[in-house]
Order: sequence, then C-alpha cells, then structure tokens
Amino acid sequence: MNFDLSDEQREIKDTARQFFAARFKPEKVRDLAESRSYDDGLYGQMAELGWPGIAVAEADGGQDLGLVELAVTLEESGYACAPSPLMGSAGAALVISAAGSDEQRAEWLPRLASGEATGAFGGVSPDGQSTLFCDLPTADVAVVFDGDGALLAPASELDCEAAETIDATRSYATVVAAAGERMPGDADAGRDRLAVAISAELTGVGQRAMDMAVEYARERKQFDRPIGSYQAVSHRCATMLLAVEESRSLVYYASWAADAEPESLPMAAAMACARASEAAWETTASALQVFGGIGFTWEHDLQFWLKRSRVAGRMLGSPREHRDRVAALAGLGAGAPAGAVA
Amino acid sequence: MDLSLTESEAAFRDEVRTWLQENHPGPSPEGDDQAEFEFRRSWQRKMHEAGWAGISWPQEYGGKGATLIEQAIFNEELARESVPAPANVLGLVMGGPVVIAQGTDDQKERWLEPILSGDEIWCQGFSEPESGSDLASLKARAVKSNGGWKVTGQKVWTTYAHEAKWCMLLARTDQDAPKHKGITYFILDMEQPGVEVRPLRQITGEAEFNEIFMEEAEVPDENVIGDVGGGWQVAITTLMFERAGLGAAAVMGLRRTLNDLIALVTERGLEDDPLVRQRVAEFQIGIEAMRLGALRTLTATMKTGIPGPEGSLGKWQWAKYNQAMTEMASEVAGPDGVKVGTETTYRFLRSRANSIEGGTTEVLQNIIAERVLGLPRLR
Ligand SMILES: Cc1cc2nc3c(=O)[nH]c(=O)nc-3n(C[C@H](O)[C@H](O)[C@H](O)COP(=O)(O)OP(=O)(O)OC[C@H]3O[C@@H](n4cnc5c(N)ncnc54)[C@H](O)[C@@H]3O)c2cc1C
Repeated sequence: MNFDLSDEQREIKDTARQFFAARFKPEKVRDLAESRSYDDGLYGQMAELGWPGIAVAEADGGQDLGLVELAVTLEESGYACAPSPLMGSAGAALVISAAGSDEQRAEWLPRLASGEATGAFGGVSPDGQSTLFCDLPTADVAVVFDGDGALLAPASELDCEAAETIDATRSYATVVAAAGERMPGDADAGRDRLAVAISAELTGVGQRAMDMAVEYARERKQFDRPIGSYQAVSHRCATMLLAVEESRSLVYYASWAADAEPESLPMAAAMACARASEAAWETTASALQVFGGIGFTWEHDLQFWLKRSRVAGRMLGSPREHRDRVAALAGLGAGAPAGAVA
Repeated sequence: MDLSLTESEAAFRDEVRTWLQENHPGPSPEGDDQAEFEFRRSWQRKMHEAGWAGISWPQEYGGKGATLIEQAIFNEELARESVPAPANVLGLVMGGPVVIAQGTDDQKERWLEPILSGDEIWCQGFSEPESGSDLASLKARAVKSNGGWKVTGQKVWTTYAHEAKWCMLLARTDQDAPKHKGITYFILDMEQPGVEVRPLRQITGEAEFNEIFMEEAEVPDENVIGDVGGGWQVAITTLMFERAGLGAAAVMGLRRTLNDLIALVTERGLEDDPLVRQRVAEFQIGIEAMRLGALRTLTATMKTGIPGPEGSLGKWQWAKYNQAMTEMASEVAGPDGVKVGTETTYRFLRSRANSIEGGTTEVLQNIIAERVLGLPRLR
C-alpha cells in the first residue's frame, strides 16, 4: 500500500503547475474573463502535451494514463483558474471512453484527444430541467445525461441557450431538450469519473484561495501585528487546510479507485464531489473574509476562484445532492436517486 | 499510487483477523470499573503471549516489529473485531516507545517486559493545575538529594494513576533556565509514601483520571530518561508517539460509531429524513477523508521517518466527527439518548473530552497555522 503520487505522476503535476503559472497569470485570466473567451493557441499547447486525452486509451488516440494523471492536471488548471476548454473536452472524453460505441469512440475520441475538437457535458431531466452545461455552446460535441444514461450529440444539433454565469472564465449554457445518439456502454461509470475530474479542479481552486489568504495574512498588518497572528484569522486558515486536504484525499482515492477498484467508484466519486464542491466554496468565501474590503473589489483576483468554485461546484448537481447519494450508498433508506439528472 | 494491500500485507491481515476471532475475550464486565480493568489486563496478557501486545515495538524488545502499514492494518482489525483496549495503553503507546528510543540498556531491561505483559501499568504525569496547553510552564520541582531527586508538586488529569506502578513525570530541575530548558523527564515509582493519588470523577460518572500529590517523592538517578534538563525533548517524543498511536486506532472506532448511528436512525424510522441523510453523509465523508488522510501521512512518514505536524489534522478530525456523531445519536435515540447508563449516553458524554485530551483543538489549530501554514506566532 502506498498512498502518494508516483514520481511520474508528480512530474505531470509539476509540469502542469509550471505551465499554468507561466501562461495563465492572473492578468491573463482577467483578460480572457473580460472577453469571455479562450486562447486557442494556449489550448493547442495543452493538447500537444496530451492533456485532453491523458486518460484516453492509446487505441482511441490518447495517452493511456489513468484518472489520477488527469486529476492532478485538472487540479493545477483549477489552481490557475485557467480559462480553457480542457475540463469540457477531457470530461466528455471520459464519458465517451466509458460509454461510447465503437463508432462514437472512433468519431470523437481521437479528435478530442488531439485538441482538434472540443467537448462539453451536462444533463437534462425528463421534465426538461437543464443543468449548466460546461463549455456549451463553444464545443463541437456534447455528452448529455438524460436520466436513462448518456447521449452524444454534435453541439450544432443541440438547442441551447448560452448562460452568462458569474464564472466568466468558462462558457456555460442550458439545453432546451435532450438530444443525440444513445451511448450503449456504462454511462454511470462515465459520470462518476467525470465527477472525480470536476472535484480535482475544485481542489485546486480551494488550494489557491488558501494560498492567497495565507500569504496575505502573513503580510497585512493591523494594530501593529500581522493579521495572521490573530487566531480568528489563523484558525480560519487552519480550517481551510482541513477542507482542502479532505478534498484532496478523497479525490486522489476516487481517481485511483476508478481504474484500480471500480466497485468502490460510485461511493468514492459521490464523496469526492460532495466534499470538494463544498470545500472549494467554503475556502474561497473564507479567503474573502481574510482579505477584508479589498477582497470584495472587482480589481482583486480572488473573485475568479470564488466564482469558479460556485459554478463548477454544481455542474453535476449540488453538494446536497451528492451527499444524498452518499447516504443512500451508505445504506440509509430505500436509496433515493442522485437527485441530479447528471 | 496504489491503495491495495500487497500479498504479504493481506496475509498479515488474515493472520491478525484469524487470531483475534479465535481468541476474542467476549464482552467486558459492566458496571464495575475494577473488574473491567482486570479483564483488560488479562486480555493484554493473552495478546502478549502471542506476541501482539508490542505491535510497533522492535522484536529485540519483545515486540512484533511491524511496519507502519502493518500497524494500521492491525489497529483496523482490532476495531473491526471490537476487542477491548489493553489495560496498559499508556505504557504500550508512549512509555515503552520512549524508553526504547531514549532509555539506557538497564532501563530497557528493567521496564519493557512488564509493560508488555501488563504487570506494571504506566501513567503520564504531564499536566498540572496551572499548566495544561502551556505545558512548559509546569511547576512540579525536583531537587537533587544524594543519589537521586526529591519531587514536590501536583499533577492533574492523570489517566490510570490509580492503577499505575510507574509515572512518566515531567518536573523542573533548574528554576533559572528558560522554561523549556529546565525540565527533566523522570520515571516515578507510584508505590511510595511521598505519592498520593486522588481519583477525579468525570462527567461520565466514572473515575478514569486522577490528581497526584507529590511531597518529596523519591526518584533515583537511574530513573531519569535522557539528560537532566533535556526533558522537554523527551516529552515531545512522547506526545508524538501518543498522536501517532491515537490516529491509527481512531478511524475504525469512528466507523463503528457511524454504523451504529445508521442502524439507530433506521430503527427510529428516520432514514428518509433529508436532514438526517445530509448529516450522516457528512460523517461518512469526513471519516473516509480522515482514514485516507491518515494513509497519506503514513506513506509520507515511511519515506521521511518522522511524523510531521500534519498529524494534528487527524486528531482534530477525530474529535470533530466523534463529537458530532455521538451528539446526533443522543438526539435521535429519544429518552435513551440522555438516560444514565446507556451506551449512547456514555459515548455522547465521553466524547466531550475528545477536543481537550491529547492537545485541545485550538492548540492543534495553532500548530497547523504556525508549523504547516507558516503564519506568524501568536506572541
Ligand atoms: C479525559 C482526559 C484525559 C487526560 N489524560 C491526561 C493524562 O493522562 N496525562 C496528562 O498529563 N494530561 C492528561 N489530560 C490533560 C490534557 O492534556 C489537558 O486537559 C489539555 O492539555 C488542556 O489543558 P487544560 O485542561 O489545562 O486547559 P487549558 O490549557 O487551560 O485550556 C482551556 C481553554 O483555553 C484554550 N487555550 C489554551 N491555550 C490556548 C492558546 N494558546 N490558543 C488558543 N486557545 C487556547 C484551550 O483550547 C481550552 O479551550 C487529560 C485530559 C482529559 C480531558
């Protein structure tokens, strides 16, 4: 038993950290957020590094690595709050890999993995309620969970409305009616793997907010002392660490289980998603309090992580819905459904 | 990253499980503290005879020499089979390891075997009425007197002092040195006229901890661990063993509490209550996060050799989730949740100490803020 990243996994994470730190400085994030756009050139570089297809099989044009490798990459993309179609594309590829027919795989996976096409995902319930789709309407192909499994549709064939959310670092849309070709494989496993990927990004979001808050608490002085020497502030920061480390443990475990112990995945994914989405919000909100008034301004960068946590944290349903699924899987009651269609 | 057990780890788990199932002592006697303690002592003796008592101790000292992972597996199995705790917990988890790490050959010869067999119970005399979280301010004073020391002062909250033969005692040997420098670590013989033990009744009604009054209690030179004036470092080592020992055993205990809670909720017909479901899920998630965090820490410790300050997170989580779960059980159980003598009431009351014993949650948060996050110190 060894619960640590391998040397190769650590290297992937370090490379991603450096890549995002160099190319997605806060000014760049702000520029892209203000124009609500992505930088195609930078996404091309990510694709060259193999990231969208990092967990896609070699036969489908991917890197053939595991969900752990994708998770650490997305953790770093969340740490930078990088605006890019990586989440939508890698996420869609996870579901197509798990559930797509041979034709669906052959048509989309090589193109998603190479960055030639981008992907999106979300859900529409039988009564027509849409979640926020990640990366619609900008993507080429979308995974649509409809309560019975998952459909695959070229984005052009989906009737959708762009949703201008508070998270300007990513495009979102709602879908008017589920459409597309049914994927015959294991859509539940695809959705669980996707939930882990989102949780990984959220863990990075929380980590960044904590790092920002801790740095500020060391520097900022009031009453002639650094504010971080006041326990109301330092214990707040310790609580952030608890939240971030709990999500990280659950995310790494779930991403390991996805490939190595699939029978544990449903519970592992539900726990990771519940904790990571809640923890990212808790941590970014708590960081705002540490910053005081400056943290509430449009000029301050914290807003990007705070808003990302709020929106990304509900892409596959709210923390409440994930917790309800955890309760059901823990043996409580008749096993109410996940609540969320996605 | 690989969380599955290796073949030899799985074989070890099976060996432990089989042994525990074949040798389980049955339910402990209830209502009589002394009978219960003797029951735990004979259970420890049985474990010792089979070589399990000193699971973490090196083989040359009568232990099992298990790796950290094997220790974690062992502790999980203990909790899974619901066996009682050994009588000499403090000796096994702290006293023995400290003697092994910092004691002389003679000290090892004298003390280790009776710790393992449970023949000599140990207690930890650190806290004083005026010195709890700020342990280094302790006042008990030891004065040199031919061939040894005479100790005068008071200790408090000393668990099992009323059963103990030996006490890990911190006392001040140099009044003029800075507070961390003037402390020496003694092993005090509790069976002498200069030592008086008075039981303290806890809010649970039982008397697990005590006050110790020392009036020129005698300690020979050969009972000093480490250097005179070097006691603080030895104390830190003790606390490190305490935290590591607690963390490993804690998770499975929490899991059992959660399983009991789920059964209780179902029995009371509350399994579809949305608020109940949300809270149970939070506990499930928190306990699992704690288990996984402990495994991450363990992997890191196997690489570096030293447990880091992150260990404080585990102690904090344990207190947080145990208190929340026992609170909910007490709420859901109806009258039984507050009636004297029920298991639910006992657990609910006993868990109130979790955020105090072994370092308060606030002090753990200070440690995390200062040593993990690098925030400025309070003073
Ligand atoms: C069941 C039980 C068993 C025990 N067994 C033993 C034993 O066997 N041997 C032994 O030596 N001791 C034992 N203890 C004592 C235990 O270690 C102390 O109670 C603990 O360290 C706290 O000290 P205190 O009780 O004096 O509280 P104090 O230190 O006075 O703390 C009171 C309150 O102030 C807070 N506080 C104190 N300092 C700070 C600070 N710097 N920042 C923020 N908040 C602060 C604390 O968190 C707490 O909320 C036991 C305690 C219990 C409850």
